[in-house]
Amino acid sequence: MRVLAAMSGGVDSAVAAARAAAAGHDVTGVHLALSSNPSSYRTGARGCCTLEDARDARRAADVIGIPFYVWDMAERFHGDVVEDFVSEYAQGRTPNPCLRCNEKIKFAAVLDRAIALGFDAVCTGHHARLEPVPGARGLTRLVRSVDAAKDQSYVLGVLRSDQLSRAMFPLGDSTKDQVRKEAAERGLAVADKPDSHDVCFIPDGDTHGFLSRRLGSAPGPIVAVDGTVLGEHDGAFGFTIGQRKGLGIDRPSPDGKPRFVLSIEPVSRTVTVGPADALGVVEIEATRPVWSGCFAPTGSLDCSVQLRAHGEVHPAVCVQDGDVVRISLREPARGIAPGQAAVFYDGEAVLGSATIAAAR
Amino acid sequence: MSNASEAAGRDRIQGLGATVTPASVVYLDHAATTPVVPAALAAMTEELGQLGNPSSLHNAGRRARRVVEESRELIAEAYGARPSEVVFTGGGTEADNLAVKGLYWARRAAEPARRRVLASATEHHAVLDSVRWLAEHEHAHADWLAVQPDGVVRPATLAEAIEADPASVALISIMWANNEVGSIQPIADLAAVAAEHQIPFHSDAVQAAGQLPVSLAGTGATALTITAHKIGGPVGVGALLLAKGAQPVPVLHGGGQERDVRSGTLDVPAIRGFAAAVQVATERRDEETKRLAALRDDLITQVLAAVPDAVLNGAPPGPGRLPGNAHFSFPGCEGDALLMLLDARGIACSTGSACTAGVAQPSHVLLAMGATDSRARGSLRFSLGHSSEQADVDALGAVIGEVVERARRAAR
Repeated sequence: MRVLAAMSGGVDSAVAAARAAAAGHDVTGVHLALSSNPSSYRTGARGCCTLEDARDARRAADVIGIPFYVWDMAERFHGDVVEDFVSEYAQGRTPNPCLRCNEKIKFAAVLDRAIALGFDAVCTGHHARLEPVPGARGLTRLVRSVDAAKDQSYVLGVLRSDQLSRAMFPLGDSTKDQVRKEAAERGLAVADKPDSHDVCFIPDGDTHGFLSRRLGSAPGPIVAVDGTVLGEHDGAFGFTIGQRKGLGIDRPSPDGKPRFVLSIEPVSRTVTVGPADALGVVEIEATRPVWSGCFAPTGSLDCSVQLRAHGEVHPAVCVQDGDVVRISLREPARGIAPGQAAVFYDGEAVLGSATIAAAR
Repeated sequence: MSNASEAAGRDRIQGLGATVTPASVVYLDHAATTPVVPAALAAMTEELGQLGNPSSLHNAGRRARRVVEESRELIAEAYGARPSEVVFTGGGTEADNLAVKGLYWARRAAEPARRRVLASATEHHAVLDSVRWLAEHEHAHADWLAVQPDGVVRPATLAEAIEADPASVALISIMWANNEVGSIQPIADLAAVAAEHQIPFHSDAVQAAGQLPVSLAGTGATALTITAHKIGGPVGVGALLLAKGAQPVPVLHGGGQERDVRSGTLDVPAIRGFAAAVQVATERRDEETKRLAALRDDLITQVLAAVPDAVLNGAPPGPGRLPGNAHFSFPGCEGDALLMLLDARGIACSTGSACTAGVAQPSHVLLAMGATDSRARGSLRFSLGHSSEQADVDALGAVIGEVVERARRAAR
């Protein structure tokens, strides 16, 4: 197959590309330039995708022995990921930009361009597996990585089956330690490069500062469940459902127990806080369902659902009603934030996903 | 080095070689760099085994100095300069920086009111960014000279820009031939306009030096930039041809080896290779110009036959265009997709100047010539040189139609 390997400059995508080449595929490496500020390329400023990362990716491609190019995806990334991130927060939701990047950039803009240019698949260093859907000939489904701590099936859960059928994840059967060891054996200099954790376009990790610069000051009240005003904030976007720290309330709660963000109302910019037990939800409404690992359920579907990246799974029953999936959890879950994805699993296999719109 | 790591190093090089086998490459990117000619390779190889710093006073130093001076004389003669007017540098970018910054500083020091720098909007980044830097850091005022749709600066445009306020102009810099679209400027006329007002005139002649009769005395320019690797010599050595009496403020300070204008130990093997390449290029220039122009004309015919809506950018083929240059916009395509598809078929070309390659930026040259952003993004440069043959042109002609069609699908 002719394979386009997306190479970030990190160890995972380098080993993934090396494995694809070793498996006999005709591999071409591509580094996606995602910085919305092209001048960072000339000045070398630390942006979201730096010259250093591009260089690391290029050197990995050299060692693997594959052609290498840089694709400028900055405009698409800015519109579909960065602007989406800002606007989601502005509407009181908590987006996952990695998931959006997979959905809109890596397995949409990049995949479409690759197919049009004559490639058969896009290979990435995601920790997840692909396997045939049992009983559905030709269909591919997503399965968790063997390394549970590094599993990335959640941020890939938004992909449709046609996207998955053109994807290649060579690392799903390996642990991160094995990947690093293999990188060293293959002579890849990125073998001990640290993992990236932050949102890539907020390199200093200060999400609140980034949003403040983008959205400006938008003060609003912080209230208790009974409506008592407890304080003021300078922007509701600084809060996430379930957040405990940094609420800026100087009065302790009457019972002395910690308070958590329970809800964010974007129009009046009201942030409601309350005790931990008020955080529990059992009913979730999610929109934009995608079913990649099974057919859209016609009745109720017993499955487990993951409600945030690296979160636990909850046994649940799902019923689809038009564009809405109603999720009933068997036990209450805490800190469920609108904007995050609900990813449905059957054991290790991803069945599909939907975006959380409301929870109670 | 252990045997194992030596083998690993070799494997790496061979791994690269597997994707780019020199014998199978159709190389249509001579404007980026052109193969070293055998005479230059032989001269350099021999010189690399020799000992001596040309600034040393002993016998070994004198021997090295003699090589440098003989090379200097040869290069001076080829480009209408006196030997003392050849200032060796580490390449074209350094020579451009020295000319633009050094002449600006010198002129401003003599007459503080002279802060205007006039340069064409289509300069190479070595000039463009030097002028911008002077504007940002040295209180210069950059005046960008408009070009015609074919990329040419009309002498009247320069005259008007000067006459707006002649006493404020410190320096004029207009390239001899454009590196992207190959348009040749009327350099003698432009230099004459500058001379009328006694304003220092610099021209980046990097692309012209291998293919056109470039002459310092013949144009009356103050300074010309040339570089070795565009004419069959090594990368990393160039020269500023600097008219007698012009004394730019140095950019590099140190031993003052080159006329106190440029410091640094001279790279004798590179300079000897440079001179050998100049000699070959000068001897063959007339027949090579004809040969390349004929090949290039055929390339244009074949591309337009395969892609009838392709647009040739720059001056029409003839005396106004570098003989080895063809530059097209392919409507509905992204240049980087075209480049990748051609590369996969063993054909090397460029989306513009190699310095901006990596991330596709629309070319400032095409934008200055009036192209739209999308037309600028969908363009490719094919450049021929001394090793080009009919088979190279035919190889491009055989695949360009299919490649453009595929790139169009990718751009939707």
